[in-house]
Amino acid sequence: MINVENIQVVFGKGTPLQKQALNGVSLIIEEGSFVTVIGSNGAGKSTLLGVLAGDVLPSGGRVTIGTTDVTRKSTASRAGLVARVFQDPLAGSCGALSIEENLALAARRGESRGLTPALGSKRREHFRERIADLNLGLENRMGDRMDLLSGGQRQAVSLVMATLAGSEVLLLDEHTAALDPGMAEFIMNLTQKIVSERKLTTLMVTHSMRQALDFGHRTVMLHGGEIVLDVAGDSRKTLEVEDLIAMFRRIRGQTLDDDALLIG
Amino acid sequence: MSQIAFWGAVELGLVYAFVAVGVFLAFRVLDFPDLTVDGSFPLGAAVTAVLIIAGVNPWLAAAVAMVAGAAAGIVTALLNVRFKILNLLASILTMIALFSVNLRVMGKPNVALINADTMLSPFYGLGIRDFYVRPLFVGILVAVAVVIVWRFLESDAGLAMRATGANSRMARAQGVDTSRQIYLGMAISNALVALGGALFAQTNGFADVTSGVGTIVVGLAAVIIGETLLGARGILIALIGCVLGSILYRIAIQVALSTDTLGLQASDLNFVTALLVTIALILPRLRRGGAA
Repeated sequence: MINVENIQVVFGKGTPLQKQALNGVSLIIEEGSFVTVIGSNGAGKSTLLGVLAGDVLPSGGRVTIGTTDVTRKSTASRAGLVARVFQDPLAGSCGALSIEENLALAARRGESRGLTPALGSKRREHFRERIADLNLGLENRMGDRMDLLSGGQRQAVSLVMATLAGSEVLLLDEHTAALDPGMAEFIMNLTQKIVSERKLTTLMVTHSMRQALDFGHRTVMLHGGEIVLDVAGDSRKTLEVEDLIAMFRRIRGQTLDDDALLIG
Repeated sequence: MSQIAFWGAVELGLVYAFVAVGVFLAFRVLDFPDLTVDGSFPLGAAVTAVLIIAGVNPWLAAAVAMVAGAAAGIVTALLNVRFKILNLLASILTMIALFSVNLRVMGKPNVALINADTMLSPFYGLGIRDFYVRPLFVGILVAVAVVIVWRFLESDAGLAMRATGANSRMARAQGVDTSRQIYLGMAISNALVALGGALFAQTNGFADVTSGVGTIVVGLAAVIIGETLLGARGILIALIGCVLGSILYRIAIQVALSTDTLGLQASDLNFVTALLVTIALILPRLRRGGAA
């Protein structure tokens, strides 16, 4: 479960570039629920994800993951609760390490790391099986450096990495944005499969409204650091991309009107 | 080149293999350009020499030297991690401070270890000639160190350190405390370099405050020569490359200086070093260029 209460995030406080990235955002995501987050550039999507991951520490409010208050915890110290796949395929794995070394690294996420060989035969076999499940033929390339893989292959391996160690939540940060349409579809289907098989509490930030409506149980739209739409259940089923775009326009129009009023 | 000169070069290469492995850990594993080694090498020599003269067991003296080296590495890490000083600058600050520390430790610019018992004393006079004993002894220690560092880097803990250097953001997302890894890595790296210094003092019979000048270049030269010769094929090969590079570097220097036709003198050493490192840096590029 994720419980975000009245989160405030301000970037560049006290400078001319001061920006309120999140303004009193509250959100409860139940155990096993899959929430998609949309919004235009600068709406606060990435900041919200950063607050959950620990990269951004809020100036106000409270963040609880599972039963742990993580508001002040660093990224590393909350890693046992949070699994994450980045937008940039290069960011989520170590290019200089082999596929199996990356998996070994992820398998100990949030746990102590001792002097046990990282790649014992038992672990190797386990990793191989998990990678073979992807049907990408990567199980025969376990010793290859990660940077020899394509972006899509890296994202697929990153998804496996995210599920090797237990976690309370899975955070997906536009993880198909850098991929070609075919690979993006493959990764989304894989995501769907993994999330439903493992009943993961998932928050996915996306640029694609289609994705936002097609996947998950609930869709949240952010604008100007605030939640402007939160739909789930039947009302979400009937929602179409056109409806979302119309809402997007309306919200933007409103802000334009506001600006016009101010200037006038 | 005489046999004695040749084995002397091998011996010196093996002593500096500790430096090469330390530099490999800092530069390649942690991606931390660390110049502390120019200070921690003579620190290791100074601590060992002073302790041996005070009657301390030479093995214990070497162990204390390693602790001193580790402390130097931790100071550099502290300046960088805690106080956000640029890594290269942080290491230069520690290096410059260590020059004074080393003078304090020894009380004078150099200390001689004539007739003092060293780690090698029990092995002289066993029927093997002295100029074989030294490289053999140091070589065994190097092998032990390489195996330990290799096993460490392929363990869970070592993987965390490698991830810190390769992609620190990803490492943190995997729960790795990257600051701690930098402290640990810098401590191990400089402990190895100080051990090199300790062995240098014990095999050569003296410690000198200026013996650290250029340590980093020699270490880097060894790492780069090793990489050029053996390529990137895993941790063990890379470590063996460091050792091999260090030995070949010393032999190359010895050949260059002892070839009369070149007319080089001992004072040309730094120039020859720079030239060798440059060649080692250019070679892989030329090779790649030829293939393309």
